[in-house]
Order: sequence, then C-alpha cells, then structure tokens
Amino acid sequence: MDSYFSILFTEVYKILFLLVPVLVSVAMIVWLDRRVWAFVQKRRGPNVVGPFGLFQSLADALKYIFKEIIIPASSNKLVFVLAPVVTMTLALISWAVIPFSEDFVLADINVGILYLFAVSSLGVYGIIMGGWASNSKYPFLGAIRSAAQMVSYEVSIGVIIINVLLCVGSLNLSDIVLAQQNLWFVIPLFPMFVIFFISALAETNRPPFDLPEAEAELVAGYQTEYSGMMYAMFWLGEYANILLMCAMGAVLFLGGWLSPIDIFPFNAIPGPFWLIFKILFLFILFALVKATVPRYRYDQLMKLGWKIFLPFSLFYVVLTSSFLLYFDLLPGK
Amino acid sequence: MIAHSVFFYIFSLIAIVSAVMVTVSKNTVHSVFFLILDFISISCLFIMVGAEFLGMIMLIVYVGAVAVLFLFVVMMLNVAEQKGQWFSSRWDGGTHIPVGLLVSLIIFFELIIVIGGWKYKPDLLNSLSLNISTEVTNTRSIGNVLYTDYILLFQISGMILLVAMIGAIVLTYRERAGVKRQSYVKQISRERDEGVDLVEAERNKGVKIDA
Repeated sequence: MDSYFSILFTEVYKILFLLVPVLVSVAMIVWLDRRVWAFVQKRRGPNVVGPFGLFQSLADALKYIFKEIIIPASSNKLVFVLAPVVTMTLALISWAVIPFSEDFVLADINVGILYLFAVSSLGVYGIIMGGWASNSKYPFLGAIRSAAQMVSYEVSIGVIIINVLLCVGSLNLSDIVLAQQNLWFVIPLFPMFVIFFISALAETNRPPFDLPEAEAELVAGYQTEYSGMMYAMFWLGEYANILLMCAMGAVLFLGGWLSPIDIFPFNAIPGPFWLIFKILFLFILFALVKATVPRYRYDQLMKLGWKIFLPFSLFYVVLTSSFLLYFDLLPGK
Repeated sequence: MIAHSVFFYIFSLIAIVSAVMVTVSKNTVHSVFFLILDFISISCLFIMVGAEFLGMIMLIVYVGAVAVLFLFVVMMLNVAEQKGQWFSSRWDGGTHIPVGLLVSLIIFFELIIVIGGWKYKPDLLNSLSLNISTEVTNTRSIGNVLYTDYILLFQISGMILLVAMIGAIVLTYRERAGVKRQSYVKQISRERDEGVDLVEAERNKGVKIDA
C-alpha cells in the first residue's frame, strides 16, 4: 500500500511541476499576444502593470476572480457550469504527452499523437455545451459555427499527421522527435507545415477564423452569457489550446527538443529550452496573423477546409508514401 | 493490482450508469451527453485492457465526430414539441413501441447466439484471437492484420461507406434558384471594359441604369 502512495505522490508532484508552469505561461502568453498585436498596429499595448506590463494578466485574473458569476435564469445550470470546466480540463490534460526532452515527459505512451488528436477533438464539447446551455441565440449560433469549423479542420489536421507518421513509423511523440535528428520535417513536408499552421488557427478559433466569437455579428459567440471566473476559464482554456497547438507543430515539424544544428554552442542548451523557443516562435506567428489578416466569411472558411486543404493533404499523403516506397525509405521494416 | 481493479470498477460503473441514463433522461440533449460519457468510459476500459489504439480511435471517431453530429441533429430538432409524445400518444399515426420492441428482440437474440457460441465451442475464441506479442505495439499488429489478410474486406467497407456518403448527399441535395455564388475566376478575369461604361449624360435627364 505504501508503494501505491509513493507512486501517487511522485505522479502528483510531476503533474504539478508540469501544470503550474503551463498555467503561468498561458497568462504570460496572453500578455505577449496583446503586446505583439499592439506593436504591429503602432500602439503600446499593456505596459502599465509591472515591468513592461508583465503583470497585466495577473491583474486581469484578479479582476475576473472578484467579479460576480452570473448564471442566466433560463440556462441549463449544470451544463452551463460544466462547459468552462470541460474546456479548461481538456486544454490541460493534453500536456501530459508533450515530450520536453528525451527523459522529461509525463506520460510516454505509444499512441501519444492519437491521444493529442483525440483530446483536441473533444475540445469542441466545451464550446457546444456552453453555447447550448446558455439558452440564448447568439451563444447557440456561435457554438454551432464553432463545432462545424472545428470538426472540418480536424479532418485536414488528421491527414497532415498521417503525412508525418509515414516518415516516422511510430505514434510515439518522442519517436517522432527522434526521427527528425537529421532533417526536420518542416523541410520535406513544408506545404504540410503551412496547412497545419492554418488549420491550427482554425482549430483554436483564432483570427482570421474567429467566426464563433465574431463580435460584429455574434456579440461574443458562445461566451456571451459567461462572466467572471467562468469567462476567464474559457479564455485560459483557449490560450492553453493555442499553446498546445504550437507545441504540436514544434514536435511534428520543428524537431521538438532538438537543437537546429548539432554543434557546440547550440547543443549545450538543454532540450526543454529549445522546445520553448520553438513554441514561442510559432506563437508569435499566431499573434502576427491575428494582427494582420481580416476575418474570413463562413462559406470561404468551409471551402478552404473541405475543398482545398483536404484534397491537397490527401494528395500529399499519396506523394509522400510513393516517394518513401520508391526510394525504399519506409521506416519500421 | 488493487488500483487497477478500482479504476476498472469506477469506469464500468460510469459506463453502465450513463448507458442507462441515455435511455432514461427526459432531455434529449442530456441523453447525448450521457452517450458521450459512455463512449469515453468505454474507451478508458479499452485502454486499461491494453488496446490503446482501439480506445483512442473510439474517442476520435465516436466522440470527436459521430457524437457531434448527434448533438447537431438533436439540437436542431424541435424537441419541445415532441415531448412526451414518443411513447404515450400518437405521433405520425403510430407509436414507436412496436419497432423498438422488434429491434431490441433482434439484438437480444444476437447476444444469445454470440454467448451461446462461446459456451458450446470453447475453442472458438482461441482460434479467432490472434497471437498477441508484447514486443509489437498493438497499432502495428492491427495494421499487420488489417492490411494483409483482411485488405479486401477493408477496401470493400471503405467503398460501401463512400457510396453511402455520396448517396446521402445526392438524396439531400436540392438546387435552389437565386443563390449567389462567388467565382474567383470570374472576379479576377473581369476587365475594365466590362465593368466601366462611359455614358454621355444628357442635361437635366440623367442616365437610366438597368440592373
């Protein structure tokens, strides 16, 4: 019985060691997002609270905590309260499989990439539940839009993942990183990387695909009826998802914890830092896109997902597999 | 093994309770949510058995895609109007009880046949089950069987699904008049001469523009 408890305690310790930095970096990333966005538009952005405005997110969080939580009288109360909890939980549990270095991963499971994919496909439920339980028109429309959008873009992300898996021959995320030791997948699979990036924007409801919360038409989409801490949880969940998508892109295409070139000053930096650099790089790209691109129309969004990305990535699967077959490079023989 | 069995009972309890709640709960959307909970706990059971690939695929396919469609359909239906009419009174000229009874009887007999097969042919399970080696991950072993021995069945089922999909699209597609579609080619290939027309306007009369 003692061993059970010791295992339990070490696991809980490890989980906290992972989750607390993730939560802190989510708060910081919100600040970074607003800051980059402001710089592109020649504004200052949040620069008052703390040095460079670093504690802005903390101040915001305090404000949200002390605000009253309003639950609409006609809402479905249990589902209404569950929705932000589901969003937040799903955004956090997927971090369990992200490998920060060769021996620094919480759960090194065989089907890591499938787990990531499954959890991100569950993410749609937080939004649907929130939109439906609010029992109001704007949230419902936002939820329906968001669900259709996320399901559509998941398909193309799935096909892109197949492309990477063809080159690796394993579903384990550490194996995927180790397979990129000689060549990051971003080079041979560059078109797939671009499509993955755009699909990730759509999957996380970021601009230019932020139709679920298009403020000009739907007030705030599925979050319209939420207030206080529950709204903040949706928000944190959304940003945790964005970070996760960046991490996924870094692991799948940018070589995860590996250094770009395997010579002295670069390979002395420990792996987790490289992964964090890559996540930050992708995130700044996300923020730049938000600052520069206008919102898509809904039919354009659907057309892009189903008629352009899906056929193209399917074609690329055929291309990749025939290339690997022809040059006899198939892994795992 | 204590922790293992504790988790097993937790997940199976959740699975059974939510399966019952799917049929019992009055609100249709709640039933779908319970169905999702059921799928999730069953995939947890799959993972506990060691069939991690099946568990994850179950999550991706059933929870990530199929149940979302269920939710869509249920939310779009006007459930309030049908409340209480499904079983008790007439709905479209008849109750659903006979059909439901028929389906459940068929499923019951199927279960009897399957379990009877186990009982009277104890070696049936052994001959069907594959040699599971611990060295090969079960993703790989499923692939090894699916794409070699059962490749024909696999392809045929894919074809059937494709045909069903096309059939559904053809059945529900209707062409509506007056829908404005955007054509990028048309927009880009538009020349100045087509778009701009220089008209000599007459004094005090203006120009009549017809759309």
